[in-house]
Amino acid sequence: MTTRRHLIGLPIASLFAAALVGATSLGPTSLAAETIKIGDINSYTRMAQHTEHAKRGMEMAIAEINDTGGIGGKMIELISRDDAGEPGEAIRVAEELVTREGVSILTGTTLSNVGLAVASFAEQNQVLYLAAEPLADAVTLQSGNRYTFRLRPSTYMQAAMLAELAVDNPAVRWATIAPNYAYGQEAVAAFKAIMSEKRPDIEWVGEQWPALFNIDAGAEVQALSAAEPDAIFNVTFGADLARFVREGADRGLFENTFVASLLTGEPEYIDPLEDEAPVDWLVTGYPWDIIDDPAYVEWLDAYRARFDDYPRIGSIVGYNAILALGAALEVTGGSTDVEALIEAMRTITFDTPQGELEFRAIDHQATLGAWVGYTTLIDGRGTMRDWYYAPGADYLPPEEMVARLRPASD
Amino acid sequence: MGPHSSPRHLDKTTLGFFLVQVLTGLSSAASLFLVAAGLSLIFGVTRVVNFAHGSFYMLGAYFGLTLVALFGDWFGRGHLSFWSAILCAALVVGAIGALVEMTILRRIYRSPELFQLVATFGVILVIQDLALWGWGPEDKLGPRAPDLRGAVFILGQPLPRYDLVLIAAGPVVLGLLWLLLNRTRFGILVRAATIDREMVGALGVNQAWLFTGVFFLGSFLAGLGGALQLPKGGADLLMDFTVLAGAFVVVVVGGMGSITGAFLAAVLIGQLQAWGVLLLPQSTLVMMFLVMAVVLVVRPFGLLGRPELVGHGRQMLDDPLRPTSWRFKGLVLLLVLGLAAAPLYLGTYGLVLLIDILILALFATALHAIIGPGGLVSFGHAAFFGGGAYAAALLVKYAGTPMALNLVLAPPAAALLAIVIGWFCVRLSGVYFAMLTLAFAQIVWSVVFQWGEVTGGDDGILGLWRAPWVRGRIAYYYLVLGCCVAGILALRHGLSSPFGYALRAGRDSPLRAEAIGIDVRRQQWAAFTLSGAFAGLAGGLYAYSKGSVFPNEMAIVRSFDGIIMVFFGGVQHLSGPLAGAAALTWLKDSLLRLEMWRLLLGLAVIAIVILFPQGIAGFLKQRFGRFVGIRSELSS
Amino acid sequence: MTGGPVLEADGLSKSFGGVQAVRGMSLAVAPGELVALIGPNGAGKSTCFNMLMGQLRGDAGRVRIMGEDVTGWPPRKIWRRGVGRTFQITQILPSFTVRENVQLALLSHQGKLFDVVTRARRAQSDVADALLQRVGIVGFAERACGLLAYGDLKRVELAIALANRPKVLLMDEPTAGMAPAERIALMELTAGIAKADGVGVLFTEHDMDVVFGHADRIMVMHRGSLIAEGTPLEVRDDPEVRAVYLGSSLDPEGP
Ligand SMILES: Nc1ncnc2c1ncn2[C@@H]1O[C@H](COP(=O)(O)OP(=O)(O)O)[C@@H](O)[C@H]1O
Ligand SMILES: [Mg+2]
Repeated sequence: MTTRRHLIGLPIASLFAAALVGATSLGPTSLAAETIKIGDINSYTRMAQHTEHAKRGMEMAIAEINDTGGIGGKMIELISRDDAGEPGEAIRVAEELVTREGVSILTGTTLSNVGLAVASFAEQNQVLYLAAEPLADAVTLQSGNRYTFRLRPSTYMQAAMLAELAVDNPAVRWATIAPNYAYGQEAVAAFKAIMSEKRPDIEWVGEQWPALFNIDAGAEVQALSAAEPDAIFNVTFGADLARFVREGADRGLFENTFVASLLTGEPEYIDPLEDEAPVDWLVTGYPWDIIDDPAYVEWLDAYRARFDDYPRIGSIVGYNAILALGAALEVTGGSTDVEALIEAMRTITFDTPQGELEFRAIDHQATLGAWVGYTTLIDGRGTMRDWYYAPGADYLPPEEMVARLRPASD
Repeated sequence: MGPHSSPRHLDKTTLGFFLVQVLTGLSSAASLFLVAAGLSLIFGVTRVVNFAHGSFYMLGAYFGLTLVALFGDWFGRGHLSFWSAILCAALVVGAIGALVEMTILRRIYRSPELFQLVATFGVILVIQDLALWGWGPEDKLGPRAPDLRGAVFILGQPLPRYDLVLIAAGPVVLGLLWLLLNRTRFGILVRAATIDREMVGALGVNQAWLFTGVFFLGSFLAGLGGALQLPKGGADLLMDFTVLAGAFVVVVVGGMGSITGAFLAAVLIGQLQAWGVLLLPQSTLVMMFLVMAVVLVVRPFGLLGRPELVGHGRQMLDDPLRPTSWRFKGLVLLLVLGLAAAPLYLGTYGLVLLIDILILALFATALHAIIGPGGLVSFGHAAFFGGGAYAAALLVKYAGTPMALNLVLAPPAAALLAIVIGWFCVRLSGVYFAMLTLAFAQIVWSVVFQWGEVTGGDDGILGLWRAPWVRGRIAYYYLVLGCCVAGILALRHGLSSPFGYALRAGRDSPLRAEAIGIDVRRQQWAAFTLSGAFAGLAGGLYAYSKGSVFPNEMAIVRSFDGIIMVFFGGVQHLSGPLAGAAALTWLKDSLLRLEMWRLLLGLAVIAIVILFPQGIAGFLKQRFGRFVGIRSELSS
Repeated sequence: MTGGPVLEADGLSKSFGGVQAVRGMSLAVAPGELVALIGPNGAGKSTCFNMLMGQLRGDAGRVRIMGEDVTGWPPRKIWRRGVGRTFQITQILPSFTVRENVQLALLSHQGKLFDVVTRARRAQSDVADALLQRVGIVGFAERACGLLAYGDLKRVELAIALANRPKVLLMDEPTAGMAPAERIALMELTAGIAKADGVGVLFTEHDMDVVFGHADRIMVMHRGSLIAEGTPLEVRDDPEVRAVYLGSSLDPEGP
């Protein structure tokens, strides 16, 4: 019995040993003065197909900066944390990054509710936050604050890009399906508003709101077909999208139905569908292998050489986020003083594989764009056709809208 | 949708649509039924509520994924290859279940229910990390079943072919189980054990092997459920908890231990989902739990359940409450002084952790009052923690009231919730109580989660700014310290008051308590309410500490955290929760940065259940109690 | 309260499934009277007790305490009418000290169960000690009840039962598991209390020495029915009773 006790005692002993090691080795590093620490919060265990590549993009940009001597003689150090896709967890790790690791810049973040939570944290704790991926408009509008910047085109911008083509479709009866949280709700609201303005004859015949990552696809598709739409606006993504597409295809939902869909052309979401990828959907996306802009191709080759893998949209987002922060730090001379950084962020322009970008001062929204086109199947794999790059600057929310929605603060 | 659009809408009311809708509901009931049947079977025979059952379902999906691909490579992608892969996946999961039974649960059948629940929770953590390690973090799209793409048309309406398989799976498995249970010796023993566990021992049967066999069968069913749903979905790391909540609803509604009941309930829930999405697209989760609440109010033991199958394990005895010695009081004073001086020697992050520990200690102490002295294992206390947090946040959002007032109002708000939930729950005891509290917490959670317009749903409520006088971390730390120390002392005092004694009496011996005029349920109800109030205070403090609130604060995982803190600390000891909160927070913080921290934590939980059931406080009391003038009498 | 019976039952009946555990039991206990209810195992004695105390709902029949109809009341309300009880399998509070077991009954009697302010330990410890003194275990007052020997637990139960100054005591096999000398002592004690305080006692017992030594009246049950009732002498000579008990053990001192 005693030997058995010892045997089972082993895991406990090793556990506490591990805890001690963890507690000691992860105290503040002595290099603190030498490096500029950037705290990266991403849903590494929840949205891995995206975040893994975002991290590669960040690492690549950091390596490029550090290889050329860093900024003001200081190296950039990335400290990554997993938020498990939970805003509460994101707040916890943000607090840890700021108070233990001493970071004064936060970036990354994937889901919109996480982004909004970190934005609120950044405001309350006065740290700079560059929301790289979260799309919800509120990040820069309703909940916008002086500490928060956003890189990717917002739901409003991407909805506007889709609407531009969608209005030409004769469909009158539109239905929507979106995950029931910030991103889904705002995307639907933005798309509806823009479409109805341009096409008053459109009738909105149904809305479905599956819980995020918990879709009951059969029932949702049934409900959508019951509304008999001519067109569908889809915002689901990830595992929800896969289930929705499969169920919808089986039940013939997409036959003779026009679909406009956010993000579905991104490799993160279309690749897992393999030969079941939907065809002729109007989407925003990232046809990584057929973009032929020289600056992009140069970056693409470097990326593939470095990681022996092709980039996802996450790679671009991560890479550009670090470029933006690097440019701002260049202006402050490596100082991480938050006020100086905010000032710098508002004024910089920075060169990226997608061209020169900047943050609009009135709402801190970057001018990064997105690729718009139609999905198609080539060699049993989903990709885009008739695509073009829609520059973000052309789709920014009107200044009047910003003035109306964004709380006054500088 | 005026009458002008009605010609196209006629379809909606046709028989075809109606039929397909019903069939869709039936097909989504299949997996749920398989999981619930396994859960019910295991509970019926062993009286263990296997929280890890959702994990077996998840493993079924992952193994199915792997085996379908493997068999596809070996034997081609035909029917035989696909279906044997599904079956093998279920068998593998069955074997894993049997292994878990033999290595872990077999040691604790005689322990109180709480220990078994906690142990199976440890198994959840272990499996989560093993699945992450084995299959990676990406969501996996399931393989298609051969020749079952596309749809069949029923009165002109499409129904995916694979749905037909799922629709058949439920009744077929039910029928096979019936044959197994009624036509084989194993089945007869299982039924006998479900009715009376002691009887089986008397029949001279090797009980250990019967239990292992039942675990194998139950896990096999869960694995089968997971593998069978692959062509409709896939595998991801959230599946375990997602299915767990649904499976519990089905088991509880059907009646714990009744397989036919599980089938009926699964069908009911499946239909509810199918029609619910149509009628109330944003309240599907709430409806499921509401149905359960209604069923339980009318039939406390479910549709086909038998009253009180309660097979109480050995009760662990507490020591009597002794007057605290001066030395012990001195020690407590030292501790409080040490805490008060913390800002002098701890960095900012240390304070952040300490704030968490204090708040969780208050939460755990409140929970402990119900679990320990109350003898009722509440698995839904997160509802009150989160309730307090949301009360404060909603007040800010809608009334703009100041922080101090919100912190004062958080406890009564949580208490109100506890009064309502308690009224339903204290009518039951043992695992039924645990299930019901869990279910009600899920109702509260799903309301918060899905009632986005009011609660912010998944996005939570942000921007809870602290009042200027506690804006700084140190100032807020002192507020938390004050509230938590006062709360913990108040709870301790309450337990030594006549009220606390009467509560404990109801746990020690309900018969004796009633025979000396104690209304045990009323006492429990009141204690549940008080406990809810203190949990609400902890929740309010937590909300302001983080500056925001999310539905997660009332999710199952938060309830589990509470249970584990109580358990780590030692259920029989009033000081346990404090030690437990400190241990868990510290462990998590240190382990979180290691890969596979869940695995380590899970192993720790399991090891503690088996080796140190007296917990940290119990251990300290045994070893060092005499230095402060306390000794173990009954406990240990 | 005019010298009438403190406890009365009429036509109590109870069946479990097909088993008629108790049929048509009627009884009455006067103040200060010790009534023994005897019968072989399974005769229905405990079931009868459980119905008197409200633990079980009878199929038929009525129960009156001091003239008041308490049929269908829960045990706690019946206790409040002045009925103390000990159980066949002792029911004490193991995680409390002996004194606290009694104190809690005292607190309950005073209606202080929802008092969250005072300390239970300090409440009426002198009264509790006096009761413990009376049943002879005041020396164990500070002990955890869970550590006591079985015989002592029976005494604790008696002390608890006396805490609300009962008018009726229901004792189901109060001396089971005790040494013979202890049994006599406990019943002597009970009888003394009954006479002194005018408490009516109904008890079941297998030890015939105890029964014939202390009962004022004996009722004999068999298969759920009352088959004989009377003074010890009358019962001892009843042929039916002898048949039921198959002879010998009814003679306290032997032939
Ligand atoms: N809860 C119960 N369920 C079913 N049968 C019972 C129950 N309680 C008692 N009985 C049956 O009723 C009869 C009387 O039992 P009991 O009152 O305990 O007898 P006694 O106390 O005289 O030994 C027995 O046949 C017993 O098996
Ligand atoms: Mg008996």
